[in-house]
Amino acid sequence: MYSKDGENYFIVDAHVALWDARPENQLNIHGKQFIDCFYDYHRNLSPESELWPYEEYLYYGGERLMRDLFAEGYVDHAIFQPARLGAFYRNGFGQTEEAFALTRQHPDKLTYNHSWDPRYQQKGLERLRRDAERFQLKGVKLYTAEWKGDSRGYKLDDPWTYRYLEACQELGINNIHIHKGPTIRPLDRDAFDVADVDKAATQFPEMNFVVEHCGLPRLEDFCWVATQEPNVHAGLAVAMPFIHSRPRYFAQIIGELLYWLDEDRIQFSSDYALWTPRWLIERFVDFQIPEDMTEYAPITVAQKKKILGLNAAAMYDIEVPAGLGVAEPAVV
Amino acid sequence: MSGGTWERSARAALDTVFDPELDEPITDLGFVRSVTVTPDGALTVRLRLPTSFCSPNFAYLMASDAKDALTALPWTRDVVVLLDDHHDSDLINRGLAADAGYRGTFGAEAEKDLEALRLTFRRKAHSAAMERALTLLLRADPDLTEEDLHGVVLGDLPDAAASGALLRRRAALGLGVAPSDPVLVDEEGRRYPPGEIPLRLRFARAVRVSIDGNAHFCRGLLRTRYPQSAADQSPRAEDFATAEQPVPAGELLHLTAPPKGYVS
Repeated sequence: MYSKDGENYFIVDAHVALWDARPENQLNIHGKQFIDCFYDYHRNLSPESELWPYEEYLYYGGERLMRDLFAEGYVDHAIFQPARLGAFYRNGFGQTEEAFALTRQHPDKLTYNHSWDPRYQQKGLERLRRDAERFQLKGVKLYTAEWKGDSRGYKLDDPWTYRYLEACQELGINNIHIHKGPTIRPLDRDAFDVADVDKAATQFPEMNFVVEHCGLPRLEDFCWVATQEPNVHAGLAVAMPFIHSRPRYFAQIIGELLYWLDEDRIQFSSDYALWTPRWLIERFVDFQIPEDMTEYAPITVAQKKKILGLNAAAMYDIEVPAGLGVAEPAVV
Repeated sequence: MSGGTWERSARAALDTVFDPELDEPITDLGFVRSVTVTPDGALTVRLRLPTSFCSPNFAYLMASDAKDALTALPWTRDVVVLLDDHHDSDLINRGLAADAGYRGTFGAEAEKDLEALRLTFRRKAHSAAMERALTLLLRADPDLTEEDLHGVVLGDLPDAAASGALLRRRAALGLGVAPSDPVLVDEEGRRYPPGEIPLRLRFARAVRVSIDGNAHFCRGLLRTRYPQSAADQSPRAEDFATAEQPVPAGELLHLTAPPKGYVS
């Protein structure tokens, strides 16, 4: 919980990771390229006081994660959203066993989402059923630019993806987090385009589709889809740290999201360990749309409370302590 | 011609090569790492991008456009374009050396060509330019409403950089540039119904916010990755309308030295 100016904020960090990118886990040059890309994001968008040394960034372990999120970071509950990246890392990028063990130790604080890949077809479907039971899954994280053999990506509206989504629905895994990446087949098209999310969201109206980093670098395509599909949500991974380096751009992102979606479909996340939650939460609570940006309405305390935790808590049935919700408008 | 003249000529040719996604010349973005001409006129250009994981299709487009622009110069003979430090560097550099084309370079991952991708981003660039010009007009004239924009024609726009920029984007799409042509139009140059104007302007704004945001992020990441690239970047031309207040010097970390063991 974070408190400021007499207001209390229940915090759900909806996208965190426990990764291992150390050289001994790198399968090839792409493993190094990938974590270096993350580290440049971290260096480019962090305040100087929040910078991590490269060595720690490669692997930080569960103890540091618990400290950064819960002891120092005001977070009440966090959701693991692992990327497998099996073509780049021997034991995968997201550390399944370590993250799941941590979740079992702290079930009140952590939720473990797993991933699947429709290109494993029938075998992967069977695996999904076992994983759903073992991890008690409520959600999954899909990275559409995952490399697998000759293929370097898949789409949400591929026939096999639909079969996996059907299985998810049947298993009660209703929260589908989507992370778009740069490769997809064929390369003729824009890999960041979210048109496939639109189709899947229409096909599965009872499931939630959370598009991570709110569609960036295609904020406009995302907003256009989300305004028409009520089950499409915005995850703020990667968008949050612009609050420091480009506050006016951050204001525009939030302004656009509040305009095209609504305050109930936006979820805070630090994208840990890309960034740590503490400074992001402090700055977001202090944040306001600049006065000269008259095209956007000012952001309210109630909106901030929803974004920082209440929206994700509702999606994941996370109990919000009494007094930390927002007064709902009276039903007329 | 001397070596210096050759290099200037090559850089001028590279000024015409655009990052389609950011709608800016690769020279202004700092993507040109080096231009080398040997005494007998063999030309080598090295390109660099903000991350190893920039989209390979855009990376290829820029590199192959660069090779085309340099090969078209009357004095060039041997032209080598190399893309550095990208996850597909080997693939793309082999394809460029062999003049294999897009399909020859990417094989089964390529279906047809990249022209549809190019068109998508020309249209986005036009939307953004349209929004910049119209927002400028709205700010300058408090009596003008968004609904009034239906009747605004190119001749109504002020003599400002934003207006010239819009004309260039229209020309690139084959849209009319006559003073009597309407400003707020779709990708085919058609006026929107008056009732849709606020929504269409709003969407064009989302496109503009997206492109401007990406451009700043990519420029920043390039400086983080290659600190020496800061000196090669020119200010973004589109910032005239919606300048970001710069964070005070020293706050941003693009000039810090990379830690040991980090840069490959």
